[in-house]
Amino acid sequence: MFDDFIIRALLAGGGIALVAGPLGCFVVWRRMAYFGDSLAHSALLGISLGLLTGLSSNLSTVITCSAFAILLLWLQHVRVLATDTLLGILAHAALSIGMVVLSFLDNLRFDLHAYLFGDILTVQTVDLYWIFGGGLIVLVLLIKSWESLTLMTLHEDLARAEGVKTFWVNLILVLLMTIVVAVSIRIVGILLITSLLIIPAATARHLVRSPEMMAVCALLLGLFAVFGGIMGSAYLDTPTGPSIVSVATILFATIVPIAGLITHLQRRRRGIFT
Amino acid sequence: MDNLISARNVSVERDGKSVLKDVSVSIGYRDFITIIGPNGAGKSMLLKCLMGFYTPDRGSVTQSADLKIGYVPQRLVADHSIPITVERFLKLRKLSTSESRDRVIAETEIGLLLRQPLSVLSGGELQRVLLARALLDNPTLLVLDEPAQNLDVTGQLAFYKLIERIYRERNVSILMVSHDLHLVMSATRNVLCLSGEVCCYGEPSSVAQDPAFITLFGEDMAKMMASYHHHDHEQHHHNHGHEHPTVMKDLNHV
Repeated sequence: MFDDFIIRALLAGGGIALVAGPLGCFVVWRRMAYFGDSLAHSALLGISLGLLTGLSSNLSTVITCSAFAILLLWLQHVRVLATDTLLGILAHAALSIGMVVLSFLDNLRFDLHAYLFGDILTVQTVDLYWIFGGGLIVLVLLIKSWESLTLMTLHEDLARAEGVKTFWVNLILVLLMTIVVAVSIRIVGILLITSLLIIPAATARHLVRSPEMMAVCALLLGLFAVFGGIMGSAYLDTPTGPSIVSVATILFATIVPIAGLITHLQRRRRGIFT
Repeated sequence: MDNLISARNVSVERDGKSVLKDVSVSIGYRDFITIIGPNGAGKSMLLKCLMGFYTPDRGSVTQSADLKIGYVPQRLVADHSIPITVERFLKLRKLSTSESRDRVIAETEIGLLLRQPLSVLSGGELQRVLLARALLDNPTLLVLDEPAQNLDVTGQLAFYKLIERIYRERNVSILMVSHDLHLVMSATRNVLCLSGEVCCYGEPSSVAQDPAFITLFGEDMAKMMASYHHHDHEQHHHNHGHEHPTVMKDLNHV
């Protein structure tokens, strides 16, 4: 009933939504949206270096993004500049250098648009291995460090006093984001990855009362957005990545006001005014 | 060893500036030490060194094997973006028995708050929840970093009373940074006055008469402290009584 490429795209998108939802909660809680965006920008450098060296583009993207993330953590640690300035410099430097490197490969057919906004037609079986392999690593590590991460997010020193190795847990979180960004490029593209992390989590926030429920809820909303977006783009012939993000945004715009209204009415009934 | 933590000649430098200089202090069993000092005196840094998550540039910190720290931070900014109830917060990374949980909840009177989200609690309620968490696995040392900083006067009084009761009823040592010395006077056994280095150390009544203390905190604070008498402490490390008039006279010239 479906073409192979749609099934591959659904599998790929579903795999990404499984990890993007829970991980996105931390991006929202820890205000790492801009960081995620910068990481995605550096992915273009990774792709072009992969094409230059003949490495697989998934591998070279993971390596480049990791190097970028570690460089950024180190610069933050030595406090040369404010974090948003650092991010601004590094992100656009990586993007520009990536474009310059690409221009040396002019005998190569390269669809920049596909990398910026994603393209389901480019998803190969090997990408599915990357997504599910990477996704499994991300999920296992995230579940293992879930409580430490949540405590750190609430109070870093409290976590440290209770024996959490905050430096390493921070590094793990950043590397998990790196993996998710690297494997998501095929589906939503460099410019839209952060939204896949943030929008489901931000929507879920209004429906739940515990961090764990927020992760599960973000995961389900992410799945819905990915499937809705892919099917919608197949029938309406719209670009896939933007369609996925549009569905996620529609969910957000519908659920948040309704949830807000319900909370408001409940408070009125209990006689609590805020 | 008789001490939970001993720090010897601890020095910390940051960006070429000395934050702590040759600080030596030991915390024994059943101690109640309050650290006071002006802003930037290195109080929080000293706590970090003592708790072992900052390695001093010079000097050593030794912790005894049975040291178990319960830490109460200055405040918890419970961001609205994280949905978490008090109950879940207490269980995060803690393997406590339901008995110890019930005891702590009764002690800190947070029973009615358990199902509330952290983000709606008042300052005083949050501090009680943080205290409850710190007490959950029966610590041997309770470390509090300006725990009543963001409370109003009534809240401060109530919180320090609670600390005092916990000190009486539990087998625990307390190390606290606090500016509200007039409120903790009756509870604390020793005061460490810090300004990059140790200015003076001893019982509250003797520290209050130390010239170094008066220079740092002014005459009013010293008067307020000196008027307070410790009835329940027999031992005196220093006897500054005879120096008292001289100090006051000196101050009048300033």
